[in-house]
Amino acid sequence: MAVLNEEQEMLRDMARDWATEKSPVTEFRKVRREGAPEAYDPGAYATMAEMGWTGVIIPEEHGGSDFGWLSLGLVVEELGKTLTASPLIASTLAASAILLGGSEEQKAKWLPGLAGGEIKATLAIDEGPRHGPADYKTGVSDDRMTGTKAFVHEAHGADLFVVAAADGLYLVEAGEGVSLSTRSMVDNRNHAEVTFDGAAADRLANGGESLLDDVLDRARVLTACEMLGMAQQVFDSTLDYLKQRVQFNQVLATFQALQHRMADLFGDLAMMRSAVEGGLQALDSGFGVARAATIAKAEANRVLHTISREGVQLHGGMGMTDEYDVGFYLKRARVLEASWGGTAMLKNRFATLSGY
Amino acid sequence: MATQPDIDLHSEDEAFRTEVRQFLSNHFPDELKGKGNLLSAVEGPTDESDAERKWREAMGERGWGVPTWPKEYGGGGLTRKQAAILNEEMAKAGAYNPIGGMGVMMFGPTLLEYGNEEQKHEHIPPIARGEVRWCQGYSEPNAGSDLANLQTMAEDKGDHYLVNGQKTWTSGGQWADKCFCLVRTDRGDKHKGISFLLIDMDAPGVEVRPIQMISGASPFCETFFTDVKVPKGNLVGEEGQGWTIGKRLLQHERTNLSGGGSMARLMGASLSDIAKKYTETDANGELADKVLRDRIADFDIRWNAFLLTARRAGEESKAQGGVSEISSVLKKLGTKLGQERAEMLIEIMGMQALGWEGEGFSESELSGTRAWLFGKATTIYGGSTEIQNNIIAKRVLGMLDHQ
Repeated sequence: MAVLNEEQEMLRDMARDWATEKSPVTEFRKVRREGAPEAYDPGAYATMAEMGWTGVIIPEEHGGSDFGWLSLGLVVEELGKTLTASPLIASTLAASAILLGGSEEQKAKWLPGLAGGEIKATLAIDEGPRHGPADYKTGVSDDRMTGTKAFVHEAHGADLFVVAAADGLYLVEAGEGVSLSTRSMVDNRNHAEVTFDGAAADRLANGGESLLDDVLDRARVLTACEMLGMAQQVFDSTLDYLKQRVQFNQVLATFQALQHRMADLFGDLAMMRSAVEGGLQALDSGFGVARAATIAKAEANRVLHTISREGVQLHGGMGMTDEYDVGFYLKRARVLEASWGGTAMLKNRFATLSGY
Repeated sequence: MATQPDIDLHSEDEAFRTEVRQFLSNHFPDELKGKGNLLSAVEGPTDESDAERKWREAMGERGWGVPTWPKEYGGGGLTRKQAAILNEEMAKAGAYNPIGGMGVMMFGPTLLEYGNEEQKHEHIPPIARGEVRWCQGYSEPNAGSDLANLQTMAEDKGDHYLVNGQKTWTSGGQWADKCFCLVRTDRGDKHKGISFLLIDMDAPGVEVRPIQMISGASPFCETFFTDVKVPKGNLVGEEGQGWTIGKRLLQHERTNLSGGGSMARLMGASLSDIAKKYTETDANGELADKVLRDRIADFDIRWNAFLLTARRAGEESKAQGGVSEISSVLKKLGTKLGQERAEMLIEIMGMQALGWEGEGFSESELSGTRAWLFGKATTIYGGSTEIQNNIIAKRVLGMLDHQ
């Protein structure tokens, strides 16, 4: 854990207390049972907004607290631990796109609502099942957008979409010319294919040529934070399980074969945490963002992948049951691994950024 | 958000920076630019040139070889911030720290914590001046991973101990002046019967025999003690406290063995630069062998995550005070990655990385071969990876003892 200031410690403790007391995994089970396409509890999101979490990276002049990315990462990690479903990441990423690429008018129009949680937004980037640099077919003419975006996170309930078109990023409001087709996925969360058919589109004209990459790097880092919380939780609950489960008249934790596997995972988790915090610190300093974000997401993919598999294995048959939580983490893990860059894409990008 | 830097402190730091630059331009000779530190390496005899000696003496006089150690024992008495400035300026000037070795890395910090005033005044200043080489007398033929099984006996003879026994894997034993040793003062209790004793290597009855290793070098020795008389004043802490003190020293050792920054420097050129030299590139300047390119990226990403972990552990220990059990994690990760890199070099360079000596191989290729072989020791010494896993599982994760 990075060395935190007092403000950050308070924020983390607040998020930890709320997540464990008000939003444990039983809340996710409830949302799943209800089966609404938004797949989150609007009341819970309103509470999160009241606590200021929706405005952590938004400047004070637009209604946020401007606490920075490391601070937000602490909150997202805690929410990841309990699989709290919400559009917090999606809306924050949309806000960051407006911050980086929006005009003063666009910022004034959208940021206060996003900071206050009244407006929910998301990124609509990829047009196929794999994330990667692409020539987007989605196009805009006469300020009208036409195209289809695949596997959009938190699409249901979103008031605003930040959409990648062939010539840059655009803001498109939900409503006329925008239609959603639900994609029911293994993680039971909010995903949809989004089709734009002549919807009004408002270009994010600032931010230069790197705008899309800059936004995607933020998506990589913030997603890695959720993954870090998940990895930590799977590790902790697996450790607890090994300390309770008795076979051959011994608790499993006394078997050296299992001790050494946990020690390996502990080392991996330390590397993942360092990489993710490195990504957050790069975003706060503005230095070396592309490299740091690539390292953060690549390590998050590698380690959560391993820990989610080992978590199921070490829980034995219980890990295969819906009654135990560990399977939820396995399913959510793969969705997030595929989001904003699978491992192959990230390694390729790292090599390119490093000049080989 | 972040506390504003104190203006006065800031300008004080800048004044210190100026002082360092002045010192370096006065004392660091151009001819030593880019040279390594002889003493910091475990292997190799001390064979100083005049320039090297003068540079060591200049640094030793200031105490800047051990910048954060207290001034009263010959250290630099610098704050961490000032030490960082010193490091930065030395790096800029191409200067190395001429003060090092086990005295600096392991024994000094431990003696500062557990030694009495007399011992600290006797032993710390010569370490700070780089005048004395220390070696470690821990392992024995039947006490490797099971270190507490050590049998070297120190018998109480009133005013002195009489030491008999054998140590092994004594790094640099043939060049050392003194040895910090774990000895048995009580056969009755495995852990509480161990004491921490300082022994002169030139005392009568001490014999050192180098061991030839698979790398061809002999950095390790067997050390024999036959009726060696050791004054009572050389006992650090109390009788029976050796296991506690010895373990503490190992934490310092692990932190240094994994040591992010220093290890990065040791590693020299990046794998990708070496691959560009030994394999083809395509029209974009990318490595043409895409499988190799992928594997190098895979390694580099994990290596970066490790360096970030070493940095984070440093920041955390600074905030919490002192080294911690995270040192086991760092040692385990750093040594594994170091070996992986050495194996990848062979894959990149092919036969050119496997020369033993003579014609057809450059000096750096030959030293790479030896480093690959010697590097196999890193996951064995300083507590093997398996021992680190035990420590992590039991002490950090609270998994119960395996019976």
